[in-house]
Amino acid sequence: MITHKDSIHILIADDDEDDRAFFSDAMMELKMNNKLTLFNDGKDLMEYLANPDIVMPHILFLDLNMPYKSGFECLKEIRADSRFKEVSIAIYSTSSSEKDIEETFIEGANIYIKKPNDFTKLKKVIKEVLNINWQFHSSGLNKETFFFSI
Amino acid sequence: MRLYIKYDGIVACRVILQEQLERLDISYKLLELGEIEISNSVTKENLAQLQEALNKYAIFVVSNEKSQLIQKIKDAIVEMVYEKDKLPSVTISQYLSDKLNFSYGYITNIFSEYTYTSIENFIIIQKIERAKKLIIEDELTLTEVSYKLNYSSVAYLSSQFKKVTGLTPSAFKRIVDKRRNLSN
Repeated sequence: MITHKDSIHILIADDDEDDRAFFSDAMMELKMNNKLTLFNDGKDLMEYLANPDIVMPHILFLDLNMPYKSGFECLKEIRADSRFKEVSIAIYSTSSSEKDIEETFIEGANIYIKKPNDFTKLKKVIKEVLNINWQFHSSGLNKETFFFSI
Repeated sequence: MRLYIKYDGIVACRVILQEQLERLDISYKLLELGEIEISNSVTKENLAQLQEALNKYAIFVVSNEKSQLIQKIKDAIVEMVYEKDKLPSVTISQYLSDKLNFSYGYITNIFSEYTYTSIENFIIIQKIERAKKLIIEDELTLTEVSYKLNYSSVAYLSSQFKKVTGLTPSAFKRIVDKRRNLSN
């Protein structure tokens, strides 16, 4: 049984420095016990994930548009590796088209976040995402049909 | 080839427990969901073996009293949402406090303190989980699902589905179907 005394491991890959800072500030203001690791792009992230000794993250936030390796490419590679089947993947993007949303879910994403444009909204969104993800993680719910679009 | 399977997690869990307890020659009685009574003469070593064997199935022996109660609350909710053909007609607060022998106030407080969510919200999540299963596995229509899960209308079910997943039930089904086609 997992309670909130355990910390939530979170990874974020985003090439925009401001967005990364925004995210970690928002995360810090939430009163959730979390351990956050930041990556500058998809290539950095995939190199880190290739190490077999890492602590598995509970959730991974992926920006879609990144140089060297896009979020979409990362998503496909991660989902092709059974080592990461318990890891939730949250895509965040400026696009809110139904087609983009469905496409990433079909490729194995669990969460789709339309990037909010202000800090208060971002905090609220992250909180909701971490909450629902935690329920799936701690109550053994079916990850295969876990979709959350916000 | 890809097979689609249907399973009952509660039955599977009981069978695993029986098999493992028998394998280790531990005399036991399966009580309600999430509780087993074993004889006091079981050695520490045997108990450790049991825990190790069960961990492989993601079944964990919990000892902390509060986490035990949280687990019991969750189990009672899951049982309520899954086992009954129709949800109980008594109020949820009545159902839970009868079942767990604590006041509902105590139950909700301890639940919110440890799970990042409220009982009400957890019930909604579980109901939507069941709705997902009914839509995909049993291919029930939304009307049938809403009747089975005691929703007053299809519109209410759809709006709760949308709140929990961000998707309409039909978009959800479309995504699951396409995912299956993709992996075939």
